[in-house]
Amino acid sequence: MSVIVILISASLFVAIGFLVAFIWAIKSGQFDDKYTPSIRMLLDEKKDKEEGASNNKSYKSTKGS
Amino acid sequence: MEAVKTLRLKQSKKQETCYHCGDPCANSGISVGNKCFCCNGCKLVYELLEENNLCQYYDLQTNPGISPKEAGVSTKYKYLEDESVRSKLINFTDGNTSTVTFYIPSMHCASCVWLLESLYKLNPLIVQSKVDFLKKELTVTYEETANSLRQIVELLSSIGYEPEINLDSLQKKVDKDSNRQLYIKIGVAGFAFANIMMFSFPDYLSQQDQVESFLKNFFSYLSFLLALPVLFYSASDYFKSALHGWKQRSINMDVPISLGILALFIRSSFEIFLGHGTGYMDSFTGLVFLLLVGKLFEKKTYDTLSFERDYKSYFPVAVTRKHVDGETSIPLEKLEVGNRIIIRNQELIPADSILIRGQAYIDYSFVTGESAPVEKVSGDLVYAGGRQIGGTIELDVIKDVNQSYLTELWNDESFTKDQSSRVTTLANRISKYFTIIVLSIAGLSGAFWITTDVSLALNAFTAVLIVACPCALALSTPFTLGNTMRIFGWNKFYLKSTSVIESLAKITTIVFDKTGTITHSKESRVEFIPAHRGMKLLENEEKQLTYSLAYQSMHPVSRQIAASLREQPLLEVEQFREIPGMGIEASIKGKQVRLGSYLFTTGKKEKTEFSGATFAHLAIDGNYRGYFRLANVYRSGLKNTLDRLNTNYRISLLTGDNESERENLKHFFGNDARLLFNQSPHDKLAYVKALQKEGERVLMIGDGLNDAGALNQSDVGISVAEDINTFSPASDAIIDSSKLDRLSDFLRFSGKSVRIIIISFVISFIYNLLGLSFAVQGTLSPLIAAVLMPVSSISVILFTTGSTTLLAKKMRLQLNFG
Repeated sequence: MSVIVILISASLFVAIGFLVAFIWAIKSGQFDDKYTPSIRMLLDEKKDKEEGASNNKSYKSTKGS
Repeated sequence: MEAVKTLRLKQSKKQETCYHCGDPCANSGISVGNKCFCCNGCKLVYELLEENNLCQYYDLQTNPGISPKEAGVSTKYKYLEDESVRSKLINFTDGNTSTVTFYIPSMHCASCVWLLESLYKLNPLIVQSKVDFLKKELTVTYEETANSLRQIVELLSSIGYEPEINLDSLQKKVDKDSNRQLYIKIGVAGFAFANIMMFSFPDYLSQQDQVESFLKNFFSYLSFLLALPVLFYSASDYFKSALHGWKQRSINMDVPISLGILALFIRSSFEIFLGHGTGYMDSFTGLVFLLLVGKLFEKKTYDTLSFERDYKSYFPVAVTRKHVDGETSIPLEKLEVGNRIIIRNQELIPADSILIRGQAYIDYSFVTGESAPVEKVSGDLVYAGGRQIGGTIELDVIKDVNQSYLTELWNDESFTKDQSSRVTTLANRISKYFTIIVLSIAGLSGAFWITTDVSLALNAFTAVLIVACPCALALSTPFTLGNTMRIFGWNKFYLKSTSVIESLAKITTIVFDKTGTITHSKESRVEFIPAHRGMKLLENEEKQLTYSLAYQSMHPVSRQIAASLREQPLLEVEQFREIPGMGIEASIKGKQVRLGSYLFTTGKKEKTEFSGATFAHLAIDGNYRGYFRLANVYRSGLKNTLDRLNTNYRISLLTGDNESERENLKHFFGNDARLLFNQSPHDKLAYVKALQKEGERVLMIGDGLNDAGALNQSDVGISVAEDINTFSPASDAIIDSSKLDRLSDFLRFSGKSVRIIIISFVISFIYNLLGLSFAVQGTLSPLIAAVLMPVSSISVILFTTGSTTLLAKKMRLQLNFG
């Protein structure tokens, strides 16, 4: 049965790993603003003028259809 | 055919709105390609975005733009070059790059986020910009040069996103830390709770010693280790608060909680180390976890709203000072008595001063709530807080900024008092008796057993403390009040903290302010009254002439007259002139049209009945036609609300206005209400104080800076806002003006919430009695403790949140899940 000690210790270390990740996420400010990222992810980045124009067109055509 | 026609109609309608901001173009004739614009400002923004390939702005949302304000004087932001102002605004700088956070009230849609985060394309100095949409904040990282901050602010205002910079923004540095701390505490407690529960499973399942004692010990020691950070970190706030309360000789809710937590932990540790059993570490961590979740639930705050604003968030950061050798922009705090200052159109007067030169036409609407601008001539005293409309004026400062008539209010003692100490919450009052009773029961049961068995006596003593730990008691308040606060928030009634609900439930007297509170502050009813009885009302053509003339002026009275004649077509206007303090005139279709004071339109001396600027007289080709009268518009549903409030509360009205509306107000308030006129801000504060001396609990409802003293002195101060994102004075709650008619419901709901707390107290007492009956006998097994604790806590949480939600549904309050 003593193998259970090793297993429990291992599982505890994994859990502690997640706890540390959670604390890091909070400390780095990932939970400060929970709304804006939901808007930001829908916005496309355009590289330069030519590409921008074509992007724009395709965006409009998909919108039309 | 029909379809084509309607389509065309639709198209032509669409053509008429500004491509940038969506306002009607009204034949402005400003257009680029097939896109029309309402004003040059909008067109300039469009051209700037077009040039920089940022037109995606318009794809994300139709007409997303904000019309930039009239291009101000170019020196408006010169003060941002001042080192002392700059260093206070900036969050962080390393000499080369700096970050700064602006509050931008006009931010409203996805397009705004996109454009504001693409700022680096418009100005190479900007490295990065990041938006916090809910807080309406923009954080800009930029390269530091002598005037880069000024450039950024000017860029922002030129594209319509003018940041709000005032005295207040120089002082606040918000700490984001407290919320982060709470999250981490909950994380640690939850982590320990879940793991310890897993280790305790063997114990739950088997009463006998089936589990190997080696494993049992291993699990116990692990539980102990995991419980340590919960005790010393997660629960630390409760101990601190209990100790603080104890020192102040007042027993608050945290005292019995701390006692219970400590008893749980110490007894469990003893059991573990003496090898008696596995202890109650699962109950201990679970309790701390649930308590912290309750704290988070209660802590709901409204990010964009500020309840702490005073005159500082209204006053500008800098002012233009005139020297012998020119003008400089100086920070407001360096302004001294005797300085000569220059105030331009739309600028604010920062200190009480004497008018030296120029035509002052001062809008005190924010300070007094009165919309009509006041005219001043040189030599007159001008109070701080007014906004100049019209030309540039020069003033001599006669009082310091914080000694002025208005700002002096904030020196009153009621502002220095600690707000939180005034409220003793229901839970705190009960817990005083609770602690005494629990301690005496624990002592008695311990004393009872001590003659027979010392270890059993200790067992009983700690068991009572553990079971009686008011976990359900401590959970019912935050969950009930937190849920009530959320329901209020969905109904556009925003509270500063949950303790306001308990204060609301105890109100006995309600004091109203008039202008802006029970009347619309920006809207008036416009009536035309002909010069002679029997004379006809305005003909269509005359309406067109008046509309076209009034449309040209930015004066609030002209704007309201124009708004009331909106459906008329605009005619071409020539030789438009605006004479400050007199009126406006122009030649339209060959006719000379004048709108303004009696003197201006007729050439005769003003009649006394027309004093005040809520009248606008009209003359066409020198013929006096009559006048427009702007009357207050009372909010809809007011009569109904007041009638309902009248049955339960004493009601008063305080107003800075004269008695002209007395009869009208009597109709609304009934005969019992006290109506007081000509009240200064100090009078209002004194009136609330006097009521409180009589033992009344006062609810004050106001909207302007002039009510700030009374709002602060009252037990609950509610400020009414047409738009909750604009300025409102410091208060306990902010209500959207459209919801003022639900006020009596809100008050009733607060009362019922407090009753729900009391009921849930009774429920948790029943649980406590049940547990105590086991505990005093010294037979509390870990299994019963493990079951009783979560069952009582969770049932109390379900009961409180469920019953408040059901109640809200019954009262037809808006519920908004998600």
